[in-house]
Amino acid sequence: MPKDSGIGASSKRREDLRFLTGNGKYTDDVNVAGQSHAVFVRSDLAHGRIESIDVTEAEAAPGVLKVFTAKDFEGVGGVPCGWCVTDKHGEPMQEPKHPVLAEGKVRHVGDPYAVVVAETLDQARNAAELIDADITELPAVVNMKDALKDGATKVHDDLTSNLCYDWGFVEENKGAVDEAIRNAHHVTTLELVNNRLIANPMEPRVAVGEYDPWKDEHTLWTTSQNPHVIRLLMGAFVLGIPEHKLRVIAPDVGGGFGTKIFHYAEEAFCTFAAKALKRPVKWTCTRSEAFMSDAHGRDHVSKIELAMDESGKFLALRTDTYANMGAYLSTFAPSVPTWLHGTLMAGNYITPLIYVNVKAVFTNTVPVDAYRGAGRPEATYQLERVVDKAAREMGIDPVELRRRNFINKDQFPYDTPVAVTYDTGDYHATMDKLLEISDRDGFAARKAESAARGKLRGYGVAHYIEACGIAPSNLVGQLGARAGLYESATVRVNATGSISVMTGSHSHGQGHETSFAQVVADMLGIPEEQIDIIHGDTARTPMGMGTYGSRSIAVGGSAMVRATEKIIAKAKKIASHLMEASESDVEFANGQFTVAGTDKSVAWGDVCLAAYVPHNYPLEDIEPGLEETSFYDPANFTYPSGGYCCEVEVDPDTGKVDVVAFSAADDFGNVINPMIVEGQVHGGVAQGIGQAVLENCVYDENGQLLTGSYMDYAMPRAYDVPMFTVDHSCQTPCTHNPLGVKGCGEAGAIGSPPAIVNAVLDALNDFGIDHIDMPLSPQRVWAAMQDAKSGA
Amino acid sequence: MTTITMRVNGKDVSAPAEGNTLLVNFLREDLKLTGTHVGCDTSQCGACVVHVNGVAVKSCTMFAEDAAGAEVSTIEGMANADGSLGTIQQAFQDYHGLQCGFCTPGMVMIAADLLRSNPTPSEQEIRDHLEGNICRCTGYHNIVKAIQAASGQDVSAVAAE
Repeated sequence: MPKDSGIGASSKRREDLRFLTGNGKYTDDVNVAGQSHAVFVRSDLAHGRIESIDVTEAEAAPGVLKVFTAKDFEGVGGVPCGWCVTDKHGEPMQEPKHPVLAEGKVRHVGDPYAVVVAETLDQARNAAELIDADITELPAVVNMKDALKDGATKVHDDLTSNLCYDWGFVEENKGAVDEAIRNAHHVTTLELVNNRLIANPMEPRVAVGEYDPWKDEHTLWTTSQNPHVIRLLMGAFVLGIPEHKLRVIAPDVGGGFGTKIFHYAEEAFCTFAAKALKRPVKWTCTRSEAFMSDAHGRDHVSKIELAMDESGKFLALRTDTYANMGAYLSTFAPSVPTWLHGTLMAGNYITPLIYVNVKAVFTNTVPVDAYRGAGRPEATYQLERVVDKAAREMGIDPVELRRRNFINKDQFPYDTPVAVTYDTGDYHATMDKLLEISDRDGFAARKAESAARGKLRGYGVAHYIEACGIAPSNLVGQLGARAGLYESATVRVNATGSISVMTGSHSHGQGHETSFAQVVADMLGIPEEQIDIIHGDTARTPMGMGTYGSRSIAVGGSAMVRATEKIIAKAKKIASHLMEASESDVEFANGQFTVAGTDKSVAWGDVCLAAYVPHNYPLEDIEPGLEETSFYDPANFTYPSGGYCCEVEVDPDTGKVDVVAFSAADDFGNVINPMIVEGQVHGGVAQGIGQAVLENCVYDENGQLLTGSYMDYAMPRAYDVPMFTVDHSCQTPCTHNPLGVKGCGEAGAIGSPPAIVNAVLDALNDFGIDHIDMPLSPQRVWAAMQDAKSGA
Repeated sequence: MTTITMRVNGKDVSAPAEGNTLLVNFLREDLKLTGTHVGCDTSQCGACVVHVNGVAVKSCTMFAEDAAGAEVSTIEGMANADGSLGTIQQAFQDYHGLQCGFCTPGMVMIAADLLRSNPTPSEQEIRDHLEGNICRCTGYHNIVKAIQAASGQDVSAVAAE
């Protein structure tokens, strides 16, 4: 029987009421009295030397308040990077300055070198056309391997090369891994590209800066997943504004998918310019601008080798990856191909020896950073593709090969050779569930039916691991993070018993206002409607690290549980006084305090009122009021896992791939709101279908962005995806957080691409094609079939 | 600058605007109806869909002055007279047809457009009609279910689970 409220209930989302009636308040809906408008002037060259920028005519244009260039930012810090990776020789990565506006050189198409601020947006746009910039084009480096060649053009003249770092993990294991691969019965090798993507939340980025000179206070409204992180990075590293004078508000935010984690130059600009001009400054990104200024995702080129014995047991795994950083280091970019990628290379399998090498490379392209999954999709794609190829080469069924190497459920906690400890999982169970819900037994009949219509049908699986709930602060500190990764919650019980919960997490589509309230309601036994969730404003919430990496319920939810436990403990003290009973005899359930073995009881609301009207109250023992804060620092990552299955039909005449069925069997541990969890999986899978079949960010050899709008970048549309079959009934709860939850936000985007590609290759089995790089566009699939037919 | 008059959500409104003012900017900035959103600049995303004289229009692709004298409906006019959610809006909430909410106004307006001409659309007809509306959050699954439910059809027949 499904629950109708609290933990486990599919409570309808309260935030929907404002979104469905046009009453959401997104950043572009914020208009401040007296605001001016900023237009960024961006490089149309991938690489160029700035000889001069003449703004005279633009500054004289109607309505223009000022034109800013790099010279206005002398003494202002660069946009900082939040993670320093140490290379395999123990040296820190090369870290170039990322100025707010380009200094000396422009380094990618979209790199801003001037900003016009005017009374109206049209005036600013018109004046931007009048800026006379003399920029000498320089050769651009686009391809990562070319960028590392001797004599290659350097993106940053003050660095020794375009190599950001050369990372080895675990370096001490390299010799043993090499030897195991040399001596193995069979080694399967695969070279593949994890295509560059653009996150494309439907709401473009927006920033509005305001300055109050009489209080010396700055306010920034911004489209962010983590307003406190922006306040910290921008205040401490760029503009030198102390936190108590800087308020960052991220109101309703229209999707993030990672790309709204990072601190962007436009945020610092609007904050800076509002003080300089003594006028509020608003900037709204156009979609065309977003394509060349939002951090991109993925863009790895990898070679993976899997060594096996005669029975298909995995012996060793070695991967070499080139990871594109783009022209500057975005906030968390260095961590994505390393600690969020290398640590997941064990997957769901017992592989005794693993070595991961990653070379991070600067190129004349937009910075690359975390996008839904961030490193984990890249790891899973390599692993789940090479396992399928190995199965084919060894003549073993791909599901069976996975099963032979799965970590069994009695082996948890399981220490992988790549430095992490999985707490729980049951991979055979999720695989069993996947085969059931995807009706593997019926596939042969469906394939025959497709064949009768002239279509090639394929069935592909993948089984993923991910690490969510980032992360123990002391651990990530050792790994180079320049921040802690706890989360905060304040539970404020009001005098009449209603509750305001202030969380450092941020909801931009995940439905926290509903699911977080379910958790607190469940613990207190009061209606969800009595609880409000407040987020997205540094002035209203305790310091928190925000929402990304599927961390909100695992870390933010845990902080809320801890704070609520403190509330209950104090409320019991108050109740024991009111009932004249020993505190140890007080029980609390369903919003009632009772004394065991008596008919004494006091209601939740009476205790709350007593806390704020303490006439009859143990003032000598406890303070009035009922408000508690908790900062929760997780003991470990959480490890969701699951099996994904895709069925495709391929048109042999055109190469067009249709995803006709998709099934997901996930283990997220305990689930707070099944409806919301399923929605997260749907959305993640659709993004995975996008990566595997449709989406590709393409630069030409000169660094020109060829996919600069929705005309060229293929977003998944409603007719590109099927209905999804999702299941989360396999639940091995997390052992180290109080809710037993693991996180569900990224799984769909992690597990789906390899399942889709494996399905297409299964459909093309008769052609003997063992690899096609994503996206599997009709052109690529058709060409692969033609090459196979001609024996190329 | 000329004064443009139109009827929006049943109310006569007028405001001065330049000839190059797009309908979406007239709605958002001059009439302060910020429910209609701008998600792209190439008429691809559909976040700005409104109805003009009963026809779904991408309001980023029409000048405000071309809508002078027209009947315009926006997301702000879709609730029932008592303020409760209309049938389509309610179905979107019931079937979790929205996450971040940014594409949602356009989705509700295009769904209303579809159901007016095709009261009981098939799954494929719904997907085809959503061609010009991009959602990045939901994978469309629950949007399709919501529209089918709003049309009074048995949703269990649509859903895979």
